[in-house]
Amino acid sequence: MFFAMIESARSAFASILAHGLRSFLTTLGIVIGVASVIAVVSVTQGMSAFISDTFSSLGTNSLTIQSYTPFEDQMKGIRARLTPADLELIESRATGIASITPILAANRSSQIKYGSQTSFSQIMGTTYAFQDVAQTFTQRGRFLAATDNQTRRRIAVIGDKVRENLSLPEDPINEYVEIAGEWFKVVGLLEERGEIMGMNRDDMVLVPYATMVSLQGNQARIDIQIQLSLSESANVDEVSQQLTTLLRNAHGLSSEEDDDFRIQTAEQLMEEFDQIIGMVTMVIGGVVGISLLVGGIGIMNIMLVSVTERTREIGICKAVGAKRHHILMQFLIEAILLSLLGGVIGLALGFGMGTLISNTIPGFPPASIPLWSVGLALGFSGFVGVLFGILPAAKAANLDPIDALRYE
Amino acid sequence: MSLINLSNISKHYEMGTQVVKALDGIDIGVEQNEYLAFIGSSGSGKSTMLNILGCLDTPTSGQYRLNDKVVENLDQNALSEIRNQEIGFIFQSFNLLPRANALANVMQPLIYRSIGLKERKRRAMQSLERVGLADRVDHLPNQLSGGQRQRVAIARALVTQPSILLADEPTGNLDSKTTIEIMRLFDELHSEGQTLIIVTHEDEIAAHCQRIVEMKDGKIHSDSAVGLAKDSH
Ligand SMILES: Nc1ncnc2c1ncn2[C@@H]1O[C@H](COP(=O)(O)OP(=O)(O)OP(=O)(O)O)[C@@H](O)[C@H]1O
Ligand SMILES: [Mg+2]
Repeated sequence: MFFAMIESARSAFASILAHGLRSFLTTLGIVIGVASVIAVVSVTQGMSAFISDTFSSLGTNSLTIQSYTPFEDQMKGIRARLTPADLELIESRATGIASITPILAANRSSQIKYGSQTSFSQIMGTTYAFQDVAQTFTQRGRFLAATDNQTRRRIAVIGDKVRENLSLPEDPINEYVEIAGEWFKVVGLLEERGEIMGMNRDDMVLVPYATMVSLQGNQARIDIQIQLSLSESANVDEVSQQLTTLLRNAHGLSSEEDDDFRIQTAEQLMEEFDQIIGMVTMVIGGVVGISLLVGGIGIMNIMLVSVTERTREIGICKAVGAKRHHILMQFLIEAILLSLLGGVIGLALGFGMGTLISNTIPGFPPASIPLWSVGLALGFSGFVGVLFGILPAAKAANLDPIDALRYE
Repeated sequence: MSLINLSNISKHYEMGTQVVKALDGIDIGVEQNEYLAFIGSSGSGKSTMLNILGCLDTPTSGQYRLNDKVVENLDQNALSEIRNQEIGFIFQSFNLLPRANALANVMQPLIYRSIGLKERKRRAMQSLERVGLADRVDHLPNQLSGGQRQRVAIARALVTQPSILLADEPTGNLDSKTTIEIMRLFDELHSEGQTLIIVTHEDEIAAHCQRIVEMKDGKIHSDSAVGLAKDSH
């Protein structure tokens, strides 16, 4: 049995090689299936490792509150807002909060100028608490201080990308930049935080919240974001429940009306992200399933052809003493080898594709193939070989020797 | 005890409403070291006879004992085993594996006996030497002449040291010179104690044998010993 198996493998190899092109074309379905699963897995694996690192560095105990207007209301010109009054309410009434800061994004142009250089950037009014809440620190100079807010000073803390875009010197402290027609003195340079999914997190300018408020003419239409971090003993769900109740009361919402704001946690974002990855994986899984099925049918088809072609050989083997399982094994091994060949080619191709994708998209994390996916890919292709090889192999094994020998 | 014993063996083919009686109630016994030829006109059932003797085919009815084993009702795997252990079959069209060289072709039956590669090679070499083809072991069938191919096939039949050697028109595809060589080989094998059963059309070939059985319409027409002082039945 053992020697018969070795011989089967040897003859399977020989017949795969004897029909090189045909074998390759046959395995193409498997190649495509395995390559796409490996490409996707290698990219998403690299990405999700990177994302969860990033989120944990953000701090999982931070919350963001934003106003939210349903699309239909937007069409009617209604706009929900979060106001400084809401902020005050939360500051005075909510518990379990370590630090809290408003963020007011520039509502007109986010143009920023230095000398002859002009650049567009994310300009936000916020307070010294932003530092704790967003885990963003300066590498040079200082962060916004409480007094900056009280005196509405015209100062700015900038990200490194902004410095680069505006050709500011290595040490931009005490340089002046122009925002919305006003001069701001640069007092701090933020630590570099790199890119996340093509979004540069160093491309931002922070100015004191009160300064930003005064820059925006119409005080009644201010819509702020609130970011807060929780004290260590606080529970995220309880705090968001509390905030929801506070804000619903303040906005005078009846029980039938939906929230006109959204409370997001870093954890939620991560979950949403995981959901997206899960969905992509499922869709790809479907594609892969179909292409493995098609590949398997291709293998079955060519194995049936091969059995017919070799009917006489099967007859000869049976005439000299081959039993059913000898013939069955020979063709099954050939189908499995074909399928595994496709799996290996697909593996190499998929990894190549994954590497290419992560290298061509700037800021994309490097592709990584977990061992389990290699095992899975090979396991699956082997399984396809067995599944679709068994029928042709059984057909060969069941041939009557005298009929097989007479076959022309 | 006879090596082969057939009693009332029939092989019928149903072709639509018609029944073709390829073999019709055959009784025959073959002893150890006999050298027997089946002759008869085309369609008389010689090949059918040999296929049943070689356990390649199964009779419709009757009893077949080979080496005292009842074989007519065995399943495919058991028949494979008997073909492997007891029978060496030589075909008119050689029936070599086209993608295997001479040595591999001769080694093939030994694979099914679970013999290791080294021993398989040794026995196959021995067998190829026996038929005078030691210098052609790595040739593929299509790189060999017809006579050489048939000798590879004979080597393959001999390698398992079978109880009987069956040959269906072994020289049917060969020229007269090669035919003589092959028949000389058969004569030698017989003198070494091998039991041989040959199907042939040619009287010259039948003349090598010691017993000639003539078939007609699926029946034994005559069964005569030649060379030995035996009368026909
Ligand atoms: N598979 C089959 N189906 C139907 N009839 C068959 C089959 N095999 C053989 N026969 C018939 O059985 C009879 C005997 O055939 P067989 O091959 O034994 O003849 P033969 O004596 O070997 O002839 P030849 O000398 O031409 O080889 C023939 O009439 C043939 O038509
Ligand atoms: Mg015949």
